[in-house]
Amino acid sequence: MSITRLQHNKVSLALHKVREGEGRALLLLHGLGDSAVNMASLPLKWNGPVWALDFTGHGESTVPAGGGYSSEILMADADIALRHVGEATVVGRGLGAYIAFLIAGARPTLVRGAVLLDGPGLAGGSIHATSNTEITSAGTRTGQTPDPWALIELSRDARPPSYTTTFARLAVSGSGIADPIAVACKVAPPWVEAIRAEPGVMVDITLQDALDIYAAI
Amino acid sequence: MIPETRTFAGAHRPDRMYTHNADGVGIAVYEWGKESDPVLFLVHGGSDFAGTFDVFAPLLVAGGYRVVSWDHRGHGDSEHAALYGWDADIRDALSVMSSITQKAAPVVAHSKGGAVMMQLADSCPYRISKMVNIDGMPSKRRMPDVPDHDQSRLLADSIGEWLNFRHEAADSFRKPGTLEDLARRRGKMNPRLSIEWLEYLVTVGAQQDENGWRWKLDPTMRFGGFGPWRPEWASLRMAALTMPFLGLLGTIDEPMGWGAKPRDVKPWIPTGGRLEVLEDIGHFIHIEEPVLVSNMILEFLS
Repeated sequence: MSITRLQHNKVSLALHKVREGEGRALLLLHGLGDSAVNMASLPLKWNGPVWALDFTGHGESTVPAGGGYSSEILMADADIALRHVGEATVVGRGLGAYIAFLIAGARPTLVRGAVLLDGPGLAGGSIHATSNTEITSAGTRTGQTPDPWALIELSRDARPPSYTTTFARLAVSGSGIADPIAVACKVAPPWVEAIRAEPGVMVDITLQDALDIYAAI
Repeated sequence: MIPETRTFAGAHRPDRMYTHNADGVGIAVYEWGKESDPVLFLVHGGSDFAGTFDVFAPLLVAGGYRVVSWDHRGHGDSEHAALYGWDADIRDALSVMSSITQKAAPVVAHSKGGAVMMQLADSCPYRISKMVNIDGMPSKRRMPDVPDHDQSRLLADSIGEWLNFRHEAADSFRKPGTLEDLARRRGKMNPRLSIEWLEYLVTVGAQQDENGWRWKLDPTMRFGGFGPWRPEWASLRMAALTMPFLGLLGTIDEPMGWGAKPRDVKPWIPTGGRLEVLEDIGHFIHIEEPVLVSNMILEFLS
């Protein structure tokens, strides 16, 4: 795999070219604490070029000091990757599934289908207000990937259903695709449960079946 | 180049200023008063900085406190971080507070600082002995006159603009101007504050170079935005607080305020807590009426 460096504010993102191809790109987004390397081995058939992104603080991307992570910042990571690869179908695992879903709503004309798979960080945090535990140190792993602050903060980021259903509706209304979201994960935390009921969201579908549908668009 | 200066009646720069390392982010800390006096933490709001307490803090010092404040990451003289977030602000606050004392201490917090510190007080009640929230009690805001499809369009536009901005964030910078320009710009957000005060603030919260004055606030930070956070969550956390609580609310809406009304806030005041509504005062209650507000707080703390 070759790496292209992309700048997101003070962070240098690593975008991996998994393989060449003809046609629309496929962008792979990893789970919490994971990296593009594991996404590259995902068994799938796709004719276009395949890319895999390391989110901020993960894999070969750089680690910011002092945390401050949010899913929205990772959505911006994905958006910066999309500007490089162009129109793409997006596949995400775990946290990457949530980010794939968010960017499908935020950039509906660029994302030609988002496929959501099981993986680390799929659930996220509570859907309600919670009291957070006092954490004042990330321990001795500070500065390495995966950034411990990413693991702490992104494992408890709030994903209220009213927020996620809004993104589902933005994807449907803005993409011109009948079913821009494919839920191919077996586990359904509250945010997934909420969007499963939305129009434009395919459920009970495999990764390859979803990719075949999106490849035909 | 000799920097321009301004003075303002009653304003005193802190007695001690230093940088605290909060998990790799340099946080500028300020102290007014004697180190031997009991600690009181003073917390500023979003897009603000600790220098806005230059009149208010000395009034609390006169009540016998060592007043400690800090610039939030990306604000004032604190380091511009790569990432910003609610949890990070809480963690930075805890880091600064822990460097001063391990004991519970009173907290006086304004605007977003109030909402952040209420979450800290909810999760770590053993760190805060008494809580004063100055117009930082957000409540659920509605846009009843905006149809659903228009709200979705507004959100889509907002997200798109934010994402576009992230592409350019690495090269963003604050627009320079004269001291008077910056004071006038800030005046649009603080329409009730005097131009003399705003010009004084420029000399603290901005820096001067050969191109003029620029606010120190990290240019990658944007006012407003979107996200999963719901204002009403702050109400839920407020209701759960167990330490003595005083809430202060002005009645005049301002651009930097939350737009919370007494009727929205009252049901969520914690048991035994108190809400004081100050008529004909805007969001910066402690700046408009520093003597009145400091007396109310000192009485509450006593």
